[in-house]
Amino acid sequence: MNQYLERLYNGVIKENPTLVLMLGMCPTLAVSTTAINGVGMGISTTAVLILSNFVISLLRKVIPDQVRLPAYIVIVASLVTVTELLIEAYLPALYNSLGIYIPLIVVNCIILGRAEAYANKHTPGLAVMDGIGMGLGFTVALTLAGLLREVLGSGSAFGFNFIQYLPGVEPIGIFVQPPGAFFVIALFIAIMNAIGIKTRQRKLVENTGCDGCCATCAQRCEKAEEEAK
Amino acid sequence: MKGLILIMIGGALINNVVLNQFLGICSFLGVSKQMKASASLGVAVIFVMTISSAVASLLYDFVLKPLGLDFMKTIVFILVIAALVQIVEMFLKKTSPAVYTSLGIYLPLITTNCAVLGVALTNVQNEYNFVESVLAGFGTAVGFTLAIVLLASIRSRIREEDLPKPLRGAPIVLISAALMSIAFMGFSGLSF
Repeated sequence: MNQYLERLYNGVIKENPTLVLMLGMCPTLAVSTTAINGVGMGISTTAVLILSNFVISLLRKVIPDQVRLPAYIVIVASLVTVTELLIEAYLPALYNSLGIYIPLIVVNCIILGRAEAYANKHTPGLAVMDGIGMGLGFTVALTLAGLLREVLGSGSAFGFNFIQYLPGVEPIGIFVQPPGAFFVIALFIAIMNAIGIKTRQRKLVENTGCDGCCATCAQRCEKAEEEAK
Repeated sequence: MKGLILIMIGGALINNVVLNQFLGICSFLGVSKQMKASASLGVAVIFVMTISSAVASLLYDFVLKPLGLDFMKTIVFILVIAALVQIVEMFLKKTSPAVYTSLGIYLPLITTNCAVLGVALTNVQNEYNFVESVLAGFGTAVGFTLAIVLLASIRSRIREEDLPKPLRGAPIVLISAALMSIAFMGFSGLSF
Protein backbone atom coordinates (compact mmCIF):
# COMPACT_ATOMS: atom_id res chain seq x y z
CA MET A 1 0.00 0.00 0.00
CA ASN A 2 1.10 3.50 -0.73
CA GLN A 3 2.76 4.89 2.39
CA TYR A 4 0.58 8.00 2.37
CA LEU A 5 -2.61 5.94 2.26
CA GLU A 6 -1.14 3.67 4.89
CA ARG A 7 -1.09 6.65 7.31
CA LEU A 8 -4.82 7.14 6.80
CA TYR A 9 -5.58 3.46 7.43
CA ASN A 10 -3.31 3.53 10.46
CA GLY A 11 -5.03 6.59 11.97
CA VAL A 12 -8.62 5.56 11.41
CA ILE A 13 -8.43 1.84 12.13
CA LYS A 14 -5.16 0.31 13.22
CA GLU A 15 -4.14 2.92 15.76
CA ASN A 16 -7.41 4.77 16.24
CA PRO A 17 -6.40 7.35 18.85
CA THR A 18 -9.55 7.12 20.96
CA LEU A 19 -10.63 3.52 20.67
CA VAL A 20 -7.28 1.75 20.39
CA LEU A 21 -4.68 4.03 21.97
CA MET A 22 -7.14 5.56 24.45
CA LEU A 23 -5.77 9.05 24.01
CA GLY A 24 -7.77 12.24 24.28
CA MET A 25 -10.39 10.80 26.58
CA CYS A 26 -11.33 14.15 28.16
CA PRO A 27 -12.85 15.77 25.05
CA THR A 28 -14.28 12.42 23.95
CA LEU A 29 -16.27 12.11 27.14
CA ALA A 30 -17.10 15.77 27.50
CA VAL A 31 -18.41 16.94 24.14
CA SER A 32 -20.04 13.78 22.85
CA THR A 33 -23.50 14.84 24.01
CA THR A 34 -24.70 15.20 20.41
CA ALA A 35 -23.38 13.94 17.08
CA ILE A 36 -22.99 17.51 15.79
CA ASN A 37 -20.80 18.45 18.77
CA GLY A 38 -18.73 15.35 18.11
CA VAL A 39 -18.20 16.33 14.47
CA GLY A 40 -17.37 19.95 15.41
CA MET A 41 -14.85 18.97 18.05
CA GLY A 42 -13.38 16.30 15.78
CA ILE A 43 -12.86 18.72 12.90
CA SER A 44 -11.40 21.46 15.12
CA THR A 45 -8.93 19.02 16.61
CA THR A 46 -8.10 17.61 13.18
CA ALA A 47 -7.34 21.09 11.84
CA VAL A 48 -5.00 21.82 14.73
CA LEU A 49 -3.40 18.38 14.43
CA ILE A 50 -2.71 18.66 10.68
CA LEU A 51 -1.19 22.13 11.05
CA SER A 52 0.84 21.27 14.12
CA ASN A 53 2.18 18.10 12.50
CA PHE A 54 3.11 20.13 9.41
CA VAL A 55 4.85 22.93 11.31
CA ILE A 56 6.66 20.59 13.69
CA SER A 57 7.80 18.40 10.82
CA LEU A 58 9.15 21.44 8.96
CA LEU A 59 11.01 22.59 12.05
CA ARG A 60 12.21 19.15 13.10
CA LYS A 61 15.84 19.95 12.29
CA VAL A 62 15.69 23.47 13.72
CA ILE A 63 14.27 22.82 17.20
CA PRO A 64 16.98 21.62 19.62
CA ASP A 65 16.15 18.31 21.23
CA GLN A 66 16.28 19.56 24.83
CA VAL A 67 13.64 22.23 24.41
CA ARG A 68 11.43 20.41 21.95
CA LEU A 69 8.46 19.92 24.27
CA PRO A 70 8.08 23.57 25.30
CA ALA A 71 8.52 24.51 21.64
CA TYR A 72 5.77 22.09 20.59
CA ILE A 73 3.47 23.41 23.29
CA VAL A 74 3.94 26.98 22.07
CA ILE A 75 3.26 25.95 18.47
CA VAL A 76 0.15 23.99 19.40
CA ALA A 77 -1.15 26.70 21.73
CA SER A 78 -0.80 29.34 19.00
CA LEU A 79 -2.67 27.15 16.50
CA VAL A 80 -5.40 26.46 19.04
CA THR A 81 -5.82 30.16 19.76
CA VAL A 82 -6.22 30.87 16.05
CA THR A 83 -8.75 28.05 15.73
CA GLU A 84 -10.65 29.28 18.77
CA LEU A 85 -10.91 32.81 17.39
CA LEU A 86 -12.07 31.48 14.00
CA ILE A 87 -14.77 29.30 15.56
CA GLU A 88 -15.90 32.16 17.78
CA ALA A 89 -16.23 34.43 14.74
CA TYR A 90 -17.83 32.11 12.22
CA LEU A 91 -19.55 29.35 14.20
CA PRO A 92 -20.84 31.00 17.40
CA ALA A 93 -23.35 28.20 18.13
CA LEU A 94 -20.59 25.57 18.09
CA TYR A 95 -18.37 27.88 20.13
CA ASN A 96 -21.02 28.09 22.84
CA SER A 97 -21.68 24.38 23.03
CA LEU A 98 -18.00 23.34 23.07
CA GLY A 99 -17.03 26.14 25.45
CA ILE A 100 -13.89 25.59 27.47
CA TYR A 101 -13.04 22.39 25.59
CA ILE A 102 -11.80 24.39 22.58
CA PRO A 103 -8.83 26.01 24.38
CA LEU A 104 -8.26 22.66 26.05
CA ILE A 105 -7.33 21.16 22.66
CA VAL A 106 -3.84 22.36 23.66
CA VAL A 107 -3.55 19.62 26.23
CA ASN A 108 -5.19 16.99 24.05
CA CYS A 109 -2.82 14.08 24.31
CA ILE A 110 -3.26 13.14 20.66
CA ILE A 111 -1.64 16.32 19.36
CA LEU A 112 1.52 16.31 21.46
CA GLY A 113 1.61 12.55 21.21
CA ARG A 114 1.71 12.64 17.40
CA ALA A 115 4.26 15.44 17.41
CA GLU A 116 6.51 13.38 19.64
CA ALA A 117 5.89 9.99 18.07
CA TYR A 118 5.64 10.84 14.39
CA ALA A 119 5.91 14.41 13.13
CA ASN A 120 9.39 15.11 14.47
CA LYS A 121 10.82 12.10 12.65
CA HIS A 122 9.14 12.29 9.24
CA THR A 123 8.80 14.55 6.22
CA PRO A 124 6.04 17.22 6.13
CA GLY A 125 4.00 15.31 3.53
CA LEU A 126 3.82 12.16 5.62
CA ALA A 127 3.24 14.16 8.81
CA VAL A 128 0.24 15.91 7.24
CA MET A 129 -1.22 12.56 6.14
CA ASP A 130 -0.65 11.22 9.64
CA GLY A 131 -2.51 14.25 11.01
CA ILE A 132 -5.41 13.68 8.62
CA GLY A 133 -5.56 9.98 9.50
CA MET A 134 -5.39 10.46 13.25
CA GLY A 135 -7.81 13.39 13.09
CA LEU A 136 -10.29 11.35 11.06
CA GLY A 137 -10.00 8.46 13.50
CA PHE A 138 -10.70 10.84 16.39
CA THR A 139 -13.62 12.45 14.55
CA VAL A 140 -15.17 9.07 13.71
CA ALA A 141 -14.94 7.90 17.32
CA LEU A 142 -16.34 11.17 18.68
CA THR A 143 -19.19 11.21 16.17
CA LEU A 144 -20.13 7.61 16.93
CA ALA A 145 -20.11 8.27 20.66
CA GLY A 146 -22.09 11.48 20.15
CA LEU A 147 -24.61 9.78 17.88
CA LEU A 148 -25.22 6.92 20.29
CA ARG A 149 -25.65 9.28 23.23
CA GLU A 150 -27.95 11.56 21.26
CA VAL A 151 -30.11 8.70 19.98
CA LEU A 152 -30.48 7.07 23.40
CA GLY A 153 -30.48 10.22 25.49
CA SER A 154 -32.60 12.70 23.59
CA GLY A 155 -34.19 10.65 20.86
CA SER A 156 -32.69 12.51 17.94
CA ALA A 157 -29.88 12.07 15.43
CA PHE A 158 -27.80 14.97 14.07
CA GLY A 159 -30.46 17.30 15.46
CA PHE A 160 -33.34 15.47 13.75
CA ASN A 161 -35.87 14.56 16.40
CA PHE A 162 -37.22 11.12 15.46
CA ILE A 163 -38.68 10.11 18.78
CA GLN A 164 -41.79 12.18 18.22
CA TYR A 165 -42.82 9.65 15.55
CA LEU A 166 -42.57 6.79 18.02
CA PRO A 167 -45.52 7.15 20.38
CA GLY A 168 -44.97 5.85 23.87
CA VAL A 169 -41.15 5.79 23.60
CA GLU A 170 -39.22 7.91 26.06
CA PRO A 171 -35.51 8.76 25.66
CA ILE A 172 -33.15 7.60 28.41
CA GLY A 173 -32.11 10.97 29.78
CA ILE A 174 -29.09 9.70 31.67
CA PHE A 175 -27.20 9.20 28.41
CA VAL A 176 -26.86 12.92 27.75
CA GLN A 177 -25.81 13.46 31.38
CA PRO A 178 -22.17 12.94 32.44
CA PRO A 179 -22.61 9.28 33.53
CA GLY A 180 -23.84 8.37 30.05
CA ALA A 181 -20.48 9.39 28.59
CA PHE A 182 -18.64 6.90 30.78
CA PHE A 183 -21.18 4.17 29.96
CA VAL A 184 -20.97 4.69 26.20
CA ILE A 185 -17.16 4.72 26.05
CA ALA A 186 -17.03 1.68 28.34
CA LEU A 187 -19.41 -0.05 25.94
CA PHE A 188 -17.26 0.83 22.92
CA ILE A 189 -14.09 -0.49 24.50
CA ALA A 190 -15.89 -3.63 25.71
CA ILE A 191 -17.07 -4.25 22.13
CA MET A 192 -13.52 -3.73 20.83
CA ASN A 193 -12.31 -6.24 23.43
CA ALA A 194 -15.02 -8.72 22.55
CA ILE A 195 -14.16 -8.71 18.86
CA GLY A 196 -10.51 -9.03 19.69
CA ILE A 197 -9.04 -5.60 18.96
CA LYS A 198 -6.76 -4.99 21.88
CA THR A 199 -6.50 -1.53 23.35
CA ARG A 200 -2.81 -0.93 23.61
CA GLN A 201 -1.51 0.84 26.61
CA ARG A 202 2.17 0.36 27.05
CA LYS A 203 2.87 -1.91 29.96
CA LEU A 204 5.63 0.19 31.37
CA VAL A 205 3.47 3.24 31.18
CA GLU A 206 1.12 1.57 33.59
CA ASN A 207 3.86 0.64 36.00
CA THR A 208 5.30 4.11 36.29
CA GLY A 209 1.96 5.77 36.78
CA CYS A 210 2.38 7.59 33.48
CA ASP A 211 -0.77 7.33 31.44
CA GLY A 212 1.12 7.66 28.19
CA CYS A 213 -0.70 10.78 27.21
CA CYS A 214 1.31 13.60 28.61
CA ALA A 215 4.24 15.01 26.77
CA THR A 216 6.41 15.83 29.74
CA CYS A 217 6.14 12.41 31.23
CA ALA A 218 6.88 10.80 27.90
CA GLN A 219 10.52 11.60 28.55
CA ARG A 220 10.27 10.14 32.01
CA CYS A 221 8.68 7.00 30.63
CA GLU A 222 11.53 6.66 28.16
CA LYS A 223 14.00 7.01 30.99
CA ALA A 224 12.20 4.41 33.08
CA GLU A 225 12.07 2.14 30.07
CA GLU A 226 15.82 2.37 29.65
CA GLU A 227 16.37 1.68 33.33
CA ALA A 228 14.12 -1.35 33.14
CA LYS A 229 16.34 -2.75 30.44
CA MET B 1 -18.28 34.58 52.96
CA LYS B 2 -21.18 32.33 52.00
CA GLY B 3 -20.28 32.83 48.34
CA LEU B 4 -16.70 31.74 48.95
CA ILE B 5 -17.74 28.55 50.71
CA LEU B 6 -20.15 27.84 47.89
CA ILE B 7 -17.37 28.23 45.30
CA MET B 8 -15.25 25.70 47.16
CA ILE B 9 -18.02 23.16 47.66
CA GLY B 10 -19.21 23.70 44.12
CA GLY B 11 -15.72 22.93 42.82
CA ALA B 12 -15.26 19.87 44.98
CA LEU B 13 -18.68 18.21 44.85
CA ILE B 14 -21.30 19.76 42.62
CA ASN B 15 -19.19 20.38 39.53
CA ASN B 16 -16.71 17.65 40.26
CA VAL B 17 -13.86 18.19 37.86
CA VAL B 18 -13.49 14.55 36.84
CA LEU B 19 -16.96 13.11 37.12
CA ASN B 20 -18.90 16.08 35.85
CA GLN B 21 -16.54 18.07 33.66
CA PHE B 22 -14.31 15.24 32.42
CA LEU B 23 -11.04 17.04 33.01
CA GLY B 24 -7.98 15.06 34.05
CA ILE B 25 -9.51 11.78 32.91
CA CYS B 26 -6.15 10.45 31.75
CA SER B 27 -4.53 10.44 35.16
CA PHE B 28 -7.85 9.56 36.78
CA LEU B 29 -7.91 6.30 34.81
CA GLY B 30 -4.16 5.78 34.65
CA VAL B 31 -3.07 6.30 38.22
CA SER B 32 -6.09 5.00 40.14
CA LYS B 33 -4.67 1.49 40.01
CA GLN B 34 -2.98 1.92 43.35
CA MET B 35 -4.37 3.58 46.43
CA LYS B 36 -1.07 5.07 47.56
CA ALA B 37 -0.23 6.51 44.17
CA SER B 38 -3.70 8.02 43.89
CA ALA B 39 -3.43 9.74 47.24
CA SER B 40 0.03 11.10 46.36
CA LEU B 41 -1.15 12.38 43.01
CA GLY B 42 -4.12 13.95 44.75
CA VAL B 43 -1.90 15.86 47.15
CA ALA B 44 0.37 16.96 44.30
CA VAL B 45 -2.66 18.20 42.34
CA ILE B 46 -4.00 20.14 45.34
CA PHE B 47 -0.60 21.77 45.69
CA VAL B 48 -0.11 22.67 42.03
CA MET B 49 -3.68 23.62 41.24
CA THR B 50 -3.97 26.05 44.15
CA ILE B 51 -0.70 27.78 43.27
CA SER B 52 -1.38 27.85 39.54
CA SER B 53 -4.88 29.29 40.05
CA ALA B 54 -3.36 32.05 42.14
CA VAL B 55 -0.60 32.83 39.63
CA ALA B 56 -2.92 32.64 36.63
CA SER B 57 -5.43 34.94 38.29
CA LEU B 58 -2.76 37.54 39.13
CA LEU B 59 -1.30 37.35 35.63
CA TYR B 60 -4.67 37.76 33.99
CA ASP B 61 -5.82 40.66 36.15
CA PHE B 62 -2.57 42.63 36.21
CA VAL B 63 -0.80 41.80 32.96
CA LEU B 64 -3.01 40.33 30.25
CA LYS B 65 -6.18 42.34 30.83
CA PRO B 66 -4.62 45.81 31.16
CA LEU B 67 -2.57 45.18 28.01
CA GLY B 68 -5.60 43.90 26.09
CA LEU B 69 -3.92 40.57 25.52
CA ASP B 70 -6.61 38.34 26.96
CA PHE B 71 -6.79 36.29 23.76
CA MET B 72 -3.28 35.09 24.63
CA LYS B 73 -4.50 33.48 27.84
CA THR B 74 -4.29 29.87 26.64
CA ILE B 75 -0.64 30.19 25.58
CA VAL B 76 0.36 32.15 28.66
CA PHE B 77 -1.41 29.85 31.11
CA ILE B 78 0.00 26.63 29.70
CA LEU B 79 3.54 28.03 29.77
CA VAL B 80 3.11 29.40 33.28
CA ILE B 81 1.77 26.08 34.52
CA ALA B 82 4.62 24.16 32.90
CA ALA B 83 7.21 26.51 34.37
CA LEU B 84 5.52 26.46 37.74
CA VAL B 85 5.55 22.68 37.92
CA GLN B 86 9.27 22.71 37.09
CA ILE B 87 9.95 25.25 39.83
CA VAL B 88 7.88 23.35 42.38
CA GLU B 89 9.75 20.19 41.45
CA MET B 90 13.17 21.81 41.88
CA PHE B 91 12.10 23.50 45.10
CA LEU B 92 10.85 20.25 46.61
CA LYS B 93 13.96 18.38 45.51
CA LYS B 94 16.12 20.93 47.30
CA THR B 95 14.12 21.50 50.46
CA SER B 96 12.30 18.29 51.28
CA PRO B 97 13.64 15.20 49.52
CA ALA B 98 11.13 13.00 51.39
CA VAL B 99 8.17 14.80 49.88
CA TYR B 100 9.94 14.86 46.54
CA THR B 101 10.39 11.11 46.38
CA SER B 102 6.73 10.51 47.13
CA LEU B 103 5.31 13.22 44.85
CA GLY B 104 8.15 13.62 42.39
CA ILE B 105 7.06 11.37 39.58
CA TYR B 106 3.56 12.80 39.62
CA LEU B 107 4.54 16.43 39.23
CA PRO B 108 5.40 16.32 35.51
CA LEU B 109 2.21 14.34 34.93
CA ILE B 110 0.32 17.35 36.16
CA THR B 111 1.74 19.76 33.58
CA THR B 112 -0.47 18.44 30.86
CA ASN B 113 -3.29 17.47 33.15
CA CYS B 114 -6.08 19.36 31.49
CA ALA B 115 -7.76 19.94 34.83
CA VAL B 116 -5.11 22.47 35.88
CA LEU B 117 -5.42 24.51 32.70
CA GLY B 118 -9.18 23.99 32.77
CA VAL B 119 -9.53 25.52 36.22
CA ALA B 120 -7.39 28.52 35.29
CA LEU B 121 -9.54 29.14 32.21
CA THR B 122 -12.84 28.58 34.06
CA ASN B 123 -11.79 31.06 36.74
CA VAL B 124 -11.23 33.69 34.08
CA GLN B 125 -14.50 32.83 32.38
CA ASN B 126 -16.42 33.19 35.66
CA GLU B 127 -14.62 36.48 36.34
CA TYR B 128 -13.43 35.33 39.75
CA ASN B 129 -11.19 37.66 41.72
CA PHE B 130 -7.94 36.51 43.30
CA VAL B 131 -9.39 34.98 46.48
CA GLU B 132 -12.22 33.30 44.62
CA SER B 133 -9.78 31.85 42.07
CA VAL B 134 -7.56 30.38 44.76
CA LEU B 135 -10.52 28.85 46.56
CA ALA B 136 -11.98 27.48 43.32
CA GLY B 137 -8.59 25.95 42.45
CA PHE B 138 -8.29 24.40 45.89
CA GLY B 139 -11.88 23.13 45.89
CA THR B 140 -11.55 21.62 42.44
CA ALA B 141 -8.32 19.88 43.41
CA VAL B 142 -9.96 18.45 46.52
CA GLY B 143 -12.75 17.16 44.29
CA PHE B 144 -10.17 15.51 42.02
CA THR B 145 -8.44 13.88 44.99
CA LEU B 146 -11.73 12.65 46.40
CA ALA B 147 -12.75 11.12 43.08
CA ILE B 148 -9.42 9.42 42.37
CA VAL B 149 -9.07 7.99 45.88
CA LEU B 150 -12.64 6.67 45.77
CA LEU B 151 -12.04 5.09 42.37
CA ALA B 152 -8.79 3.54 43.57
CA SER B 153 -10.57 1.85 46.46
CA ILE B 154 -13.35 0.62 44.18
CA ARG B 155 -10.73 -0.79 41.81
CA SER B 156 -9.02 -2.68 44.62
CA ARG B 157 -12.32 -4.54 45.15
CA ILE B 158 -12.93 -5.08 41.45
CA ARG B 159 -9.60 -6.82 41.13
CA GLU B 160 -10.94 -9.78 43.09
CA GLU B 161 -14.14 -10.15 41.08
CA ASP B 162 -14.72 -12.61 38.28
CA LEU B 163 -15.69 -10.34 35.42
CA PRO B 164 -16.90 -11.18 31.91
CA LYS B 165 -13.82 -11.10 29.72
CA PRO B 166 -14.63 -8.09 27.48
CA LEU B 167 -15.27 -5.93 30.53
CA ARG B 168 -11.88 -6.51 32.12
CA GLY B 169 -9.50 -3.59 32.19
CA ALA B 170 -10.65 -0.20 31.02
CA PRO B 171 -14.40 -0.86 30.50
CA ILE B 172 -15.16 -1.84 34.10
CA VAL B 173 -13.20 1.16 35.37
CA LEU B 174 -15.26 3.45 33.15
CA ILE B 175 -18.48 1.81 34.35
CA SER B 176 -17.39 2.32 37.96
CA ALA B 177 -16.70 5.95 37.10
CA ALA B 178 -20.18 6.20 35.57
CA LEU B 179 -21.79 4.91 38.76
CA MET B 180 -19.70 7.34 40.83
CA SER B 181 -20.80 10.08 38.51
CA ILE B 182 -24.46 9.20 39.12
CA ALA B 183 -23.82 9.34 42.84
CA PHE B 184 -22.17 12.75 42.51
CA MET B 185 -25.15 14.03 40.53
CA GLY B 186 -26.99 13.86 43.84
CA PHE B 187 -24.93 16.83 45.03
CA SER B 188 -26.45 19.07 42.36
CA GLY B 189 -29.52 19.34 44.56
CA LEU B 190 -27.36 20.81 47.31
CA SER B 191 -28.46 24.32 48.22
CA PHE B 192 -27.78 26.77 50.99
